[in-house]
Amino acid sequence: MTDVTNDVVGIIAKKKRIEKPTVELTDRLEDLGLESIDAVEMIFDLEEKFDIQIPVNANNPRTEFDTVGQVVKAVQQLVDEQKNK
Amino acid sequence: MNRVVITGLGAVTPLGHTAREYWRNLSEGVSGLGPLTLPVESETLTQKVAAEVKGFDPMQHFEERVIPQLDRVSQFAVVAAREAIAQAGIKFDMALSVRTAAIIGTGVGGQTTHDDSFRRIYKENRPRAYPLTIPKLMANAPASQISMHCGLRGPAFAVASACASATHAIGLAFHMVRSGAVDCAVTGGTEACLTYGTVRGWEALRVMAPDMCRPFSADRKGMVLGEGAAMLVLEPLERAKARGATVLAEMVGFGMSADASDLIAPDVDGMSRAMQGALDDAGIAANRVQYINAHGTGTTANDETETQALHQVFGAHAKKLAVSSTKSMVGHALGAAGALEAVATVMAARDALAPPTIGWLGRDPACDLDYVPNEPRKMDIDVALSNSFAFGGLNAVLAVKRFA
Repeated sequence: MTDVTNDVVGIIAKKKRIEKPTVELTDRLEDLGLESIDAVEMIFDLEEKFDIQIPVNANNPRTEFDTVGQVVKAVQQLVDEQKNK
Repeated sequence: MNRVVITGLGAVTPLGHTAREYWRNLSEGVSGLGPLTLPVESETLTQKVAAEVKGFDPMQHFEERVIPQLDRVSQFAVVAAREAIAQAGIKFDMALSVRTAAIIGTGVGGQTTHDDSFRRIYKENRPRAYPLTIPKLMANAPASQISMHCGLRGPAFAVASACASATHAIGLAFHMVRSGAVDCAVTGGTEACLTYGTVRGWEALRVMAPDMCRPFSADRKGMVLGEGAAMLVLEPLERAKARGATVLAEMVGFGMSADASDLIAPDVDGMSRAMQGALDDAGIAANRVQYINAHGTGTTANDETETQALHQVFGAHAKKLAVSSTKSMVGHALGAAGALEAVATVMAARDALAPPTIGWLGRDPACDLDYVPNEPRKMDIDVALSNSFAFGGLNAVLAVKRFA
């Protein structure tokens, strides 16, 4: 597990008070019980943690995350971009 | 119980600083949206679009010495109230003054004062705030300033329910005039929420459109913030007749409800109960309604849910309704929105014209009603509803009837 994966999974697990080892990258956020307010809060936590800007709009399904793996991938990409600046 | 009529309207909006100019632009489908031009730090905001009240100069409306006492939210309110009272043609002598209410909605009060004060204290590390910081930013400041500037000595207070504030205020004033608790009311809503701090807060909610507000449309991207104020003068029909006033429309019903579910997600049942409540309060059957001024924020969730609620309340008649969102033209003015929309609803009934939902690109399968897309429509409107559904699950709906 990479650092980013570890942190993202940790933030999601803490939000829903679930055990970290039980969260899989293929898990859907909806199935983990992440509702709209939780998702907005999760994005805030991730942005604060990694000092990145995640372009998500609740009205645009193309920018929304479906699975834990998608969140990890997006955050990893933004963190890499940040490093290369 | 009194029949209650509307005899005066006033408005300060992104589409003009009078109710007349506002309505002319709405009825022609003009957009009031444009670049957000905050004076401070705005280049760092990701939200670039808003519906601002442009070119508003307080010096044109107030003596220089009182301007430091008035946050922008109160300036809008007083200017709109004066216009409404002037149109109604009422002179408040002491007997009427003590029997006139000023009930004014605002979602967030004096945000400019808040923002300026906090910047000064936290960023500039100044040791003291301006002396009138508190009485400028308090949520009741607009109601107090209207009371003082217009000489209204009856019940006066603020109503706060976010995006439904003005509708709750107007509904409450309507019931007070109807019951005879007061002889007249100046009521509406005001908001001046376009500050760096509040826009940052809205950005974080992830519900803002990057370009345009396209309510009920396919490919809509969310809401756009607005600002402004609108005021109505309400009085008993008998009083209006006795003094030979021009009646603009009749207010006939008010319904409210709470979802008791989610802080931000809308709720079909709560919306339905507020609309049904307004119809029941008016004693009017659903199939007599022709026009709905929708809450229609342009978010995926609101517009779908409001459509479902309209189906629930109106059944087969829903397909015959003209439903439009004037937020497509003036954005979402939060605590003023319900008043801007009540003015639009009154004028729609009076002029027999449904204002359009502009920026509409095509049908979303989840929004299957007639949203008066892009072009205004001449049509007889006997009864109309004006919907407001707030964060926190607080809903309010007004029913307006053409006066004939």
